[in-house]
Amino acid sequence: MSAQLAAVAPRYKTGDRVRVRKTAPLGHIRTPYYIRGHVGEIERLCGAFPNPEELAQMRSGLPAQPLYRVRFRQKDVWSDYRGPDTDVVEIEIFQHWLEKA
Amino acid sequence: MLERGHHDMGGLPAGKVERTEHDYPQWERRVDAMVQLLRMGKKITVDELRKNIEQLPPEAYDKLTYYQKWISSLTQTLIQRGIITTEELGRKMEEVERRVR
Repeated sequence: MSAQLAAVAPRYKTGDRVRVRKTAPLGHIRTPYYIRGHVGEIERLCGAFPNPEELAQMRSGLPAQPLYRVRFRQKDVWSDYRGPDTDVVEIEIFQHWLEKA
Repeated sequence: MLERGHHDMGGLPAGKVERTEHDYPQWERRVDAMVQLLRMGKKITVDELRKNIEQLPPEAYDKLTYYQKWISSLTQTLIQRGIITTEELGRKMEEVERRVR
């Protein structure tokens, strides 16, 4: 489906370090609140999909936004995390929510 | 200042998760069918439905059951899309009220 859609070019590649924007606009936001402001690493590019924030406002969501799976260290996300250092949480985040870290 | 949405509760302390099963009453099956058909027919998007669930007042969000949230959101969405009017909805509610009285 995403192949035929006009899409924004991907800016990041696997291994890049990115910071999630810390903002709170109105409407339907797919980026969980708890991860905003945290730094993670691009695990993979998942494809490009219409922007859900625009779709929620009854618009096309085009051009499609690249969607990445981003890996965060649990210890970085939760200050009181008691599991092993190697534990990670992976979250799918659209490109417009990411900045180079 | 816009902050965490009420629905966006990842990482917040939570009580015990009660795992229960129940049979779906007919009206819940109907809500599910309406949502699926309207999405398949590209009349609405899941993103609009999510937005309208997330805009429920916090007390309603906590109190309503799963399909009560869906029917509330679906109604909003159909009105916003112009598929039904508030006039039609009001008349129909009166008619149903009379039928069950």
